[in-house]
Amino acid sequence: MSKAASSLPRTIGAHAVLLAYTAIALFPVIVIVINSFKSRNAIFRSPLSPPTAETFDLIGYKTVMAQGDFFLYFQNSLIVTVMSLFLVLLFGAMAAFALSEYRFKGNTMMGLYLALGIMIPIRLGTVAILQLMVASGLVNTLTALVLVYTAQGLPLAIFILSEFMKQVSDDLKNAGRIDGLSEYRIFFRLVLPLVRPAMATVAVFTMIPIWNDLWFPLILAPSEATKTVTLGAQVFIGQFVTNWNAVLAALSLAILPVLILYFIFSRQLIRGITSGAVK
Amino acid sequence: MGSLQIENVKKSFGPVDVLKGIDLDVKDGEFVVFVGPSGCGKSTLLRIIAGLEDATSGNLMIDGQRVNAVPPAKRGIAMVFQTYALYPHLTVRDNMGLGLKQAGAPAAEIDKRIAASSAMLSLEPYLKRRPAELSGGQRQRVAIGRALVREPKLFLFDEPLSNLDAALRVNTRLEIAQLHNRLKSTMIYVTHDQVEAMTLADRIVVLNAGRVEQVGAPMELYNRPANLFVAGFIGSPKMNFIDGARLGQTAKTVGVRPEHISVSQTAGDWKGTVVHAEHLGADTNVFLETEKAGLVTIRLFGEYKTGPGETLFATPDPARTYRFDAAGKAMA
Repeated sequence: MSKAASSLPRTIGAHAVLLAYTAIALFPVIVIVINSFKSRNAIFRSPLSPPTAETFDLIGYKTVMAQGDFFLYFQNSLIVTVMSLFLVLLFGAMAAFALSEYRFKGNTMMGLYLALGIMIPIRLGTVAILQLMVASGLVNTLTALVLVYTAQGLPLAIFILSEFMKQVSDDLKNAGRIDGLSEYRIFFRLVLPLVRPAMATVAVFTMIPIWNDLWFPLILAPSEATKTVTLGAQVFIGQFVTNWNAVLAALSLAILPVLILYFIFSRQLIRGITSGAVK
Repeated sequence: MGSLQIENVKKSFGPVDVLKGIDLDVKDGEFVVFVGPSGCGKSTLLRIIAGLEDATSGNLMIDGQRVNAVPPAKRGIAMVFQTYALYPHLTVRDNMGLGLKQAGAPAAEIDKRIAASSAMLSLEPYLKRRPAELSGGQRQRVAIGRALVREPKLFLFDEPLSNLDAALRVNTRLEIAQLHNRLKSTMIYVTHDQVEAMTLADRIVVLNAGRVEQVGAPMELYNRPANLFVAGFIGSPKMNFIDGARLGQTAKTVGVRPEHISVSQTAGDWKGTVVHAEHLGADTNVFLETEKAGLVTIRLFGEYKTGPGETLFATPDPARTYRFDAAGKAMA
């Protein structure tokens, strides 16, 4: 690192900016978490103060736990997120490999077509998707959600991964071919491990919108058995009375699984984001 | 066992013709080097021989059998790449053994061959390491070892020394030459470096713009270049090309190698002024701006004291000047 970049005032300045941004970004999350531990009156009286001995109250969490289905909602969310993530990464990487590795007619057009999905929000097609799901009998199943989320995640995944796959050495793939490895082995054993940081980046960008989505669960799978966490939290929001304790507690709990998944991917994620810059 | 025939092989990428009809015969045990400037198609030709690329038309025969449609692993070839291309997740031993394992060879046989080739390349201490723990030279030796283990009919080398530093390059070059002497197997080697070509090859194939310019033994190319391109490409420093008209000759271009010009301070054919002199110890390169022949490079053996501004007389060796016609072909 050069001297200028590590001088003291610069370091302080950089940290000040970053800390300020961290505070702004974390503020809403912290408000949700501290209020989830407070009694209803305390939430409204002083929403910004942390819970004290007298305002501390676990009523929100108790309500959520008592609502026995909440674990089912969690399970639904996890199944949908993990399955979609798996399929997006698998098919995205395969398509990216084909686009970057093989010369075939319409290669560029295919790449453009697949990238088009980044620009057109999938929600525009909600009505058609619902008709499709009704026709195929998939309404109120987790499969419907997994399919939709896979479609939603693929364009960005293919776009990012194909760029990374172009960087994988041709010589390495050719060495594999000469040693008699099948194209599948070359893909799974040689190429995928080398683009792991990019895969982690794609995983995080794919996972968070899926976990947080309310739209498709509400439309495609609102039944009790298939509710996701975000949809489940809505039971506490009534037209006239909203159980804020329970809503905040549910949301606080909903943060945890993504946080865990994020930590799993984060080390690779940072490498993926910076890999272009640091050579 | 390892002859190769290439018959009128052409290759186009879309509208671009990279190879415009290549014919070549490689005999068993020969060391053939493809040399040419970048973009001349030499690597593409090697990749077609390996089966990594399909020829647009033409025939490819290994040991007399047409292999155009045979996958790379079944052609009986092994290839060494410029970037080593070792499998990062496997140890040196597994890197070397993978090809045989894929082909279904028994484990005892694989072990025996790995032991033999790692002994030949003194790789034994590294067998348990991964490629990331090796230096560039060691990695290239492993890559060569991986090729050896397969006991191929044809060894293919794709600029194997380009990523190594100068000292290592000389060592590895020597190692490859010794390997060829010991194994007597057929090797095809691609490089853009004419020194590598001259030092290693039994026969050199000079390629330019998708065509074979000349095929021959190194000294044949040096002494009897078929055309301007080969004359300019083989030999370092480059051959001097002088407009024939300036020298009052019928040839369009006259060529003289820098080492075939003698100098004198008193008398000679071309009078000129020294522009620059490179003192390399073993030899001295003098750039002389002459009145008659323009800028001429002269290579003098040993040390020679001269500097810019000095007046010298240069005399080309008449027995070793080359004459080329308007089409660039050598004239008898």
